[in-house]
Amino acid sequence: MGVGSGMPTVNSHVSSCCLKTELTLGLPGGQKTSKSGSKRGFSETVDLRLGSSCDDEVSVSTPPPSKAQVVGWPPVRSYRKNMMKNCKYVKVAVDGAPYLRKVDLEIYTSYQQLLAALEEMFTCLTICNVVNERKIMDSSNGTEYVPTYEDRDGDWMLVGDVPWKMFVESCKRMRLMKSSEAVGLAPKTSSKGLSKS
Amino acid sequence: MAYSFPEEVLEHVFSFLSSDRDRNAVSLVCKSWYEIERWCRRRVFIGNCYAVSPDIVIRRFPEVRALEMKGKPHFADFNLVPEGWGAYVHPWIRAMSAAYPLLEEIKLKRMVVTDESLELIARSFKNFKVLVLSSCEGFTTDGLASIAANCRNLRELDLRESEVEDLSGHWLSHFPDNCTSLVSLNMSCLGSEVSFSALERLVARCPNLRTLRLNRAVPIEKLPNLLHRAPQLVELGTGAYSAEIRSDIFSNLAEAFSVCKQLKGLSGFWDVVPAFLPAMYSVCSGITSLNLSYATIQSPDLVKLVSQCRNLQRLWVLDYIEDTGLEALAASCKDLQELRVFPSDPFGAEPNVALTEQGLVSVSEGCPKLQSVLYFCRQMSNAALVTIARNRPEMIRFRLCIIEPQAPDYLTLEPLDAGFGAIVENCKELRRLSMSGLLTDKVFEYIGNHAKKLEMLSIAFAGDSDLGLHHVLSGCESLRKLEIRDCPFGDKALLANAAKLETMRSLWMSSCSVSFGACKLLGQKMPRLNVEVIDERGPPDSRPESCPVEKLYVYRTVAGRRADMPGFVWTMDGDKSLTFS
Repeated sequence: MGVGSGMPTVNSHVSSCCLKTELTLGLPGGQKTSKSGSKRGFSETVDLRLGSSCDDEVSVSTPPPSKAQVVGWPPVRSYRKNMMKNCKYVKVAVDGAPYLRKVDLEIYTSYQQLLAALEEMFTCLTICNVVNERKIMDSSNGTEYVPTYEDRDGDWMLVGDVPWKMFVESCKRMRLMKSSEAVGLAPKTSSKGLSKS
Repeated sequence: MAYSFPEEVLEHVFSFLSSDRDRNAVSLVCKSWYEIERWCRRRVFIGNCYAVSPDIVIRRFPEVRALEMKGKPHFADFNLVPEGWGAYVHPWIRAMSAAYPLLEEIKLKRMVVTDESLELIARSFKNFKVLVLSSCEGFTTDGLASIAANCRNLRELDLRESEVEDLSGHWLSHFPDNCTSLVSLNMSCLGSEVSFSALERLVARCPNLRTLRLNRAVPIEKLPNLLHRAPQLVELGTGAYSAEIRSDIFSNLAEAFSVCKQLKGLSGFWDVVPAFLPAMYSVCSGITSLNLSYATIQSPDLVKLVSQCRNLQRLWVLDYIEDTGLEALAASCKDLQELRVFPSDPFGAEPNVALTEQGLVSVSEGCPKLQSVLYFCRQMSNAALVTIARNRPEMIRFRLCIIEPQAPDYLTLEPLDAGFGAIVENCKELRRLSMSGLLTDKVFEYIGNHAKKLEMLSIAFAGDSDLGLHHVLSGCESLRKLEIRDCPFGDKALLANAAKLETMRSLWMSSCSVSFGACKLLGQKMPRLNVEVIDERGPPDSRPESCPVEKLYVYRTVAGRRADMPGFVWTMDGDKSLTFS
C-alpha cells in the first residue's frame, strides 16, 4: 500500500526531539513506532491472570482488532455504534494527561487487547511529564501507570482481578493511576481494591 | 429612494424574505434598510457558536424569535475532539433570557447543554415552542422534565442523536394534562422506559401530532395503542420491532398501520423480527423516507420491504442490503434522491456482507433523481466512480467511505484520483464531498479545478504534499468547511492561503504536519481568525517551533478569542505567542 508517499517531511533539525511525537501516517496497525525497550508498558506493570478469563490465549502478542486502533476511523458516529450493538463506552482518565478518552470495552475480548489499545492511545503520555530533550531520550524514566476501574458499587479496583466478561459488565470508568500513587493496592482477592479516589 | 417608503412598508416587504442570504443582502443596501431589517429579523442561524458573541447578536437583532446554532466541529462525531473542548450553550441562554423574552425556538447541533440551561429556557420564554437538540450532550432527563412541565405551548421536542444521561423515564409524565400543542416528539435516543399510559394520554390529547419517534424501550405490542390515538401521524419512529411471533400481535399491528393514511416517514426498527415487517405493507406505497439503519435484517427481507415503497425518496440502510438488494432498490424506487448505506461491522477485518461498489453503481444507473449519497464499502474502483459520475451529473452530496484507509482501486491498484476527479468534473452542482481510499495530490488538483460549488470537503489519509492542500484552498471558490485528518499537509499551503480562511467558516486539521510556528504566524497575520491548537502533550511552546501540532482548528470570528478554552487548547493570539484562558 502506498504508505511511503504519505509520510510527512520532518526536517532533521527537529527529528531528534520529535521522534516520539512524530506524526506518522500509515495504515492502522502498521503505524506503531518502535518502542524503546526499557519503557515498561501496562501489560508488564500489572500481573494479569489471563488464565481466569475463558477465552484468552496467554500469548502476549495478540494484536487488538487493528481497525479499532485508529481513533475515529472508519467515521461511524458513536451514537450509531452505541445503538448498533452492545457498545460499552467507558471513560478513561490518565493521571497527568489533560483529557479523557472513551473506549468501547465490547470490541476487545481480553485484558491483553484492552491494555495494548490503551498503550497505543496514550503513547504520547511519556512526553507530557518531560521537560527537556534528555528525558525524552532517556526512556527508562518513563512514568509507570497502573490501570484501575470503578465498578458498579463505586469501588476502585485493580484491572485484571476478575474474569474479563465480568469486568466489562461492571466497569463504569477507568483511571490509569501513577504507580507511585497506587500504594497500598489490596492484592486481588478478598477486600475490594483501592480506596475511592 | 429608500425614504420614499414608510418603514412599515419596507418591513412588510422584508417579511417575505426568509433566507439569511437575502436578508444579509438587503441590509447592505443602505443604512436605513440595515436598520429596518435588523429590527424585523426573527430567525438567526449561527453556524459556529464561537464566530460571534451573544452580545453582538442581541445588539444587532433585538427581536429574534428563533435561534439555530452549531457548536463543535463535525469531526467531534468521530471522537476527534476531546471532551471539555467547549460549545457550551449556557452563556447564550443566559443572555437571551434577558434579551428575548418572546423567544420561541432553539435548535442546537453538537453543543453542550446542561439541565441548568434547560431549566432557564423553561423559565424564561413564556411562548417557547420548539426545542431541537441534535447530537448534543450534557443534560439529563431532569432537564427534560423542566421543559415538559413548564413550556405550555411546546410544539416540538426533538432530541435526535443526543447523549442524554437517562435517570428515569419519569420526565414524560411532567407534561401537564392541558398540554395539547405537541406536533413533534423525538425521544429515540433515550434508554429508559417512560410511563406508557402517560405517553398514550399525551399522544391522544395532541391532535396536531405529526412526528412521533419512540425509543427502543417501547415494545411493539404497544405500538397499535399509539397509532390508533394518532392516525394523523406523518412520521413514525418505532421502538424495538420485535416480539414473540403471535398472530394477534401481528394483526393488531397491521390493522393499526392501515389506519395511518398520512404516514410518509418510518424509522426506529431496533431488534427487528422480520416476521413483523409485513404488518407495515399497507403504508409502504405512501412512504417517502425510510430509516432502516438500525435494522439488522438480511437482504431478502429488506428487498421485500423496500420494493413495496415505490415512492421512496430517502433510504438509510445497513450494508446487509448487499449489492443484490441495491439492484432491487434501483429497479423499484425511481424517485430515490438520497441513499445512505452504513456498515454493519465497521471494525471487522474481513467483509461480512456482499456489498461492493457495484451496489452503488446500480443505484446510480436506476435512480435518475439520486443526488445525495453516503456509502460505506470495502472496495472501489476508478471505473465505478467514473460510471457513477457520468450517470448522475446532478449529484449534490457524495460521501464515500472505503473502510480500509488508503485502499487503492482494487482492479488496477492505482490511486482513486481519476474516479473522484470524474465526480467533481461531471457533478458541477456538487456541494459536499467526502473522500477515502488511496489518493495523491492529483485528486486535489482536479478538485481545485472543477469543484467550484463545493462547500464542504472531508479528507482523510490522502495526498502527498502541501500542493494538495494548496489546490483546494486556491481553487474551491465556494468552500466553507474543510476538515482534514492524517494528511501530509503542512505550513506552506496553509500560510500561502491564509486569506482564504477568512472566507470560510472553519478549517480542521488533525494529525497533519502543521508546525506550531506556522500556527503562531497564522494567528499573528490574521486577527479575524481564531487559530486554536489542541494538543494533549502540554503547551506547544515547550516543544520546538517546527514540531507539528496534534490538532488545529481555525475559524473566522468577530468575537475575538474565546474565554472558555480548556487546558489542552491554546489560541495563537497576535499579541502574545500563547494565551491560556
